[in-house]
Formats: sequence, structure tokens, C-alpha cells
Amino acid sequence: MKSLLKLTWIEAKLFWREPQALFFTLIFPLLLLFVYGGIYGNKPKAVFGGFGHVDVSVPSYTAMIIAISGLISTSVIMATYREQKILRRFKATPLSPLILLTADVIVIFVMTTLGMILLIAAAKLVFGMRFSGSALSFAGAFFLSCMSFFSLGFILAGLIRTARTAQIVSMSIFFPMILLSGATVPLEIMPETIRTYAKIFPLTYVVQFLKGVWFGRAWSAHLTEIAVLIALFVIGLLISAKTFRWD
Amino acid sequence: MGINTAITVENLRKTYGSLTAVNNLSFSVQKEEIFGIVGPNGAGKTTTIECLEGLKHPDQGHIRVLGFAPQKDRRALNERIGVQLQESSIAAQIKVWEALDLYTSFYSNPVDYEELIDKLSLSPVRNVYYSKLSGGQKQRLFIALSLINNPDVVFFDELTTGLDPQARRHIWDLVRQVNEQGKTVVLTTHFMEEAERLCDRVMIMDHGQIIALDSPEKLIQSLDAEHKVMFSVKGNIEKEWFANLPTVENISIIRDKMTVSGKNERLLADVVNLLTAKGIRYYDLHTQQPNLEDVFIALTGKEIRN
Repeated sequence: MKSLLKLTWIEAKLFWREPQALFFTLIFPLLLLFVYGGIYGNKPKAVFGGFGHVDVSVPSYTAMIIAISGLISTSVIMATYREQKILRRFKATPLSPLILLTADVIVIFVMTTLGMILLIAAAKLVFGMRFSGSALSFAGAFFLSCMSFFSLGFILAGLIRTARTAQIVSMSIFFPMILLSGATVPLEIMPETIRTYAKIFPLTYVVQFLKGVWFGRAWSAHLTEIAVLIALFVIGLLISAKTFRWD
Repeated sequence: MGINTAITVENLRKTYGSLTAVNNLSFSVQKEEIFGIVGPNGAGKTTTIECLEGLKHPDQGHIRVLGFAPQKDRRALNERIGVQLQESSIAAQIKVWEALDLYTSFYSNPVDYEELIDKLSLSPVRNVYYSKLSGGQKQRLFIALSLINNPDVVFFDELTTGLDPQARRHIWDLVRQVNEQGKTVVLTTHFMEEAERLCDRVMIMDHGQIIALDSPEKLIQSLDAEHKVMFSVKGNIEKEWFANLPTVENISIIRDKMTVSGKNERLLADVVNLLTAKGIRYYDLHTQQPNLEDVFIALTGKEIRN
């Protein structure tokens, strides 16, 4: 317990000292918000059911932050630790891998949450964002989506040996996924074929789920998304527990 | 395992694909001794020490460290041993005190890390990031990390490689201090001088096998090698003067440079007395005693590749 607290605290400090991770988690989503919010504004539109562009973008950008943390941060952090033989030094102590992974999950979850809070605060203050759902229901959906994506990220983190490879692999999954899952460009304006293909990306389910509860739909209206995310969480956990290596 | 034995190794064998890194190694380490594993790069030193630490899995053999089987009881063993690895690091952006604080939390019975900061002269860099430390400071931090659980056995793998001579001497003093606290030290090095100065016993390895194991003094004596006295002279000297000395066995003169050699330790005194008695002006006098390097050359027929 003592080591979990210490490790979590140190990992949080290290995350804070790493400009690249901070930028992608905290700043990049804000940039998107300001650029597209500046272009399209937030006037109610019929195509969005009476909401504005910013209103519908916030849950999508939240999904994007989850994808950044889950895919890029987890895999790059773990691959860096492995490549620099930091894990090897840990292996020579009584520290258990479970404590290490738990500390990482806590830190990345806190940072992702911080990214989401910054995004919502900026949308509210600058664009007068409207929110018609339940905060608790949205927080729950956010938590499930995070755990599901982090556990997918740890599959990558377990397989990849170097930070450079982790960056290349996670980015090459990340970019097509945020473009084709509705996380940046709404799927509603995409052609039918792309909407069909979007179903292969796990992020699509996060976007659908977050958007639904954001606009007040109940969890029971999203059983498919919830089932997919829980399944991904369990699969990710099982695979990453099997493939974890100190060196 | 006897009461004074810290480590026993029987028939240790480890291969990487078709390469046999260590083959049929058997030895034991006594409690409270400094035990050195020496040999050229690729001799199997690191493989051996990492099997003892539980980091590598031997293909064959029986190892006990403080009564533990390192691979099976790795986490229990890790509470009782300290390690400095040849290849490892800590996060680049972690400060010295933070690293010590973190590693403290991993153990059940840690020491106060402030004492280690003092003992290892890390106070001036306690708030400095790991990536900004010099080579010597990094190694001192790794020594501190290896001592944080007050271990019974400490493993140092190529502790002074890449350090300048001054930093290296400082590290030697620290290793002696660790040993004086009653801790068993197992170290690897490819510096024969380091092994000779630090170790109670050395195990010389080459191509994955033990080629000698004894105290440095005994290994050097076993060579039965010659001491040499070398000097230059101004003016005439007679070879016979030296040939008549009982301790001198060989003489060579090249222009004004003279080398006399013999196995008796009194050789130097005899030569200097003679030069003084005859009133010969000499300069640039130096001696050469056999050392562990000579032992290695005698045993393998080659120089250790630094």
C-alpha cells in the first residue's frame, strides 16, 4: 500500500515533468475546441437536434482524450521504462507488477480526468456550452471508457519494447481511429460505408456512449456499447497480465 | 550450506541460443567477504551474477543465496539483497531524494535514506534530476539504492566501468565501507587492479568457465613470477657487478637502460645498495611486480581486453 501511494505520487510528478504527454492530454483537446469552436460557433442547429457545434463536440473530444491516454500515454510510458531498463531495476526489488500497473492506471486516469475537466470548463466559459444529461451518469460512462481503453493500451505496452516503436504504432492506430470514429468529425455527416467501417474501432463505442449520456439518454439505451467496452476491458486485462515483462 | 556460507553455486549453466554463456560453474561465497568475479568482456560474469540475483533463469544448476532459490523465491530474496546492475536506470526526470524515497517504500525494513545521502556524498545533488548526474554520482546513487533495505549481500556489476580514476578510487573506498559493515559483497570487474585491491578472493573467468579461484596474493604467488627493477645510468657499469648479486637471475642492457630481474623480493634493496656503494648515478628507476593481470596472461595466454 505504502509503495502504491509513493509510486503513484512519483509517477504523477514524472507525468507532469514530461511536456509531450501534458500537451497531448491537456492542451491539444483545448486547441481543437478553440479552432473548431471559433470557426463554427455554438449556435443551435437543427442537424444537431437543437444543439450547437461545441455542445456535440465536447463528448467527442472527451473520447479523443481517452484514446490519447489509453493508447499513446500508456504504451509510450511503459515502453520507455522498459527500453531504459527502469523496469529491470524494479525487478530487482520486492515491488509487484500489479502495484506498478495500478499506479500507472491511477495517474493516467487522473490526468485524463483533468483533461476532460479543462475541456468542459473552457467550453462552458468561452462558448456557453449546454449540457442536458446527468453528471453522474456521464462520469460513470467516462470511467468505464477509460478502464476499457487503458487495458487495451496495456496490451500494446506489454508487446512493444522501445519508445519510438510505441509512438509509431500507437499514432498509426490513433489517427485513423479519431478521424473515423466520430471523435473529431461527427459520424452523422459521414457516408454510409464509413459509418459501417467505423464499427470496427473501439473508440466508436466510446463516442456513441459518451454522446448518448451527454444528451440525457440512459445507460440502458447503450447496452451494446457497454457490453463491447466491458469485453474489451476484460480481454485487455487478461492479455496484458499474460504478456507483461520486466525486460 | 555451512553457517558461514552466503552463496553456493553448483553446476550452473546458461546458454543463449547456440552460445554457452556459462558452463558448469561451481563455487561458494563466504559471509562478509568481498568476492570478485573477473575476466574479459563476454567471459560470463554478468550472466553469473544475474543468475544469483534471480534476474536470469539458468538452464541447469543449483543456486542458494542466503538459503533462497533466487528464481523461485525472487521477491523474498530481494528483501535481503542489494543490487547494482550493469544495465539499468531510473526515470530521467526523477530527483535523487525522490528515487531514494520511492525505493524505500518497496521494502519492509528500510534504513533512513538521509543517512545514505550523507554517507555517499549525495547531499549536493539531492534535488538534481537523475539525467543531470555525472557518471560517478549515478553510481553512488545506485550504491545508495542497493543499500536501502540494509541487505546482507550486495551485488555490484561493473561498478566502476566508465569512471575516471579519481571517481573509481572513491567508489573503492565506498565498497570497503559497505563490507566493513558486515555485508557480503559480490562484484564483477574487468579491471584486474580493482579486483586485486578490493577482493578477499577472486574468481577468474574466461569463456564461461572458472580458470582460477583464490585470494589475489595466492594467485600471484602461484605464478612464481619475477620481480623486475628497471633504471637508466650515466657512465660505465659492469654487468658482472649485478650478476654477482645472489638475488639477480637475469640481466639485460639496452643502450643506457638496464633491467635486472629475480624471484626474490629483496632484489630491489640489493640493486639500490649496489648502485649506491659503487657511486653510480642512476635515474628513472622503477619496479615491476607480478600482478593479477600476469596471472590472467599466464593462465589464458592472452591479455585481458579492456
